[in-house]
Amino acid sequence: MLIQVLFHLFATVLVLAALGVIVARNPVYSALALVMCFVTSAAIWLLIEAEFLAVVLVLVYVGAVMVLFLFVVMMLDINLAELRKGFTRFAGLGALVALVLIAEIVGVVWARGGLGLDAHRGALAQPATYSNTLALGSVLYTRYAYPFELAAVLLLVAIVAAIALTMRRRANLKYQDISRQVAVRREDRVRLVKMAAEKRP
Amino acid sequence: MITLGQLLVLSGVLFSLAVAGIFLNRKNVILLLMCVELLLLAANFNFIAFARYLNDINGQVFVFFILTVAAAESAIGLAILVVLFRERRSINVEDLNTLKG
Repeated sequence: MLIQVLFHLFATVLVLAALGVIVARNPVYSALALVMCFVTSAAIWLLIEAEFLAVVLVLVYVGAVMVLFLFVVMMLDINLAELRKGFTRFAGLGALVALVLIAEIVGVVWARGGLGLDAHRGALAQPATYSNTLALGSVLYTRYAYPFELAAVLLLVAIVAAIALTMRRRANLKYQDISRQVAVRREDRVRLVKMAAEKRP
Repeated sequence: MITLGQLLVLSGVLFSLAVAGIFLNRKNVILLLMCVELLLLAANFNFIAFARYLNDINGQVFVFFILTVAAAESAIGLAILVVLFRERRSINVEDLNTLKG
């Protein structure tokens, strides 16, 4: 009963926050509403006993990705009025597509009676000694060890790509090039000049 | 107890809102990236719901990988956005037409 009440509370907040993301006037408000979405989603994932992923969602998304979003939004000096132009022109079409999608998804779920899985064994709560992190880790490091390493490489590639894309050289900046300093030869720096000595007066 | 239907309807509503957001904010690349994040979140909801109701931990492993890929995607996407803004002084999708013949 309490879980049901909490679920409806979080679901309402989640849908309102998602609405806030798409209609907010300022991208900063959109980013903050998206943070709210992730936090309430994490709460719902806790309710359905996906504890590890709920914590990861808060740490990775709220802690890293959304902070990155906020940095970029605040760093760019964008003309909001220009970007908002034509917002209402496609509002009707957007709402229509959204309504059709909702009707289709709800129709399928309704027609199949919750896909007949509610009476399934998963509806039961896990015992108190059950550790979600242990269960996830024991498949992640055995059956999914190779995909796990691939994901690590993917993150490395993302780091390198993001740094390589945004690094820039300013034209009139004075910086040391160590390899050129080391590779310099004597002839480049010292020029010996032969000339007659001055006569003593 | 929360039923599977409730979770699926919630994720469907979230997905539809994100699709509507792509229609509404089709000029602003930052908002488009945020809507893609919402779409992925809705997909993750389905994975977690089915992982719970089929009592199968593999669904949660998938969510783990989706989170990884989504983090990489948004990092590179935002980097491209910063470079784009430095070049064009604009993030309007309609200004990105130099490939047009």
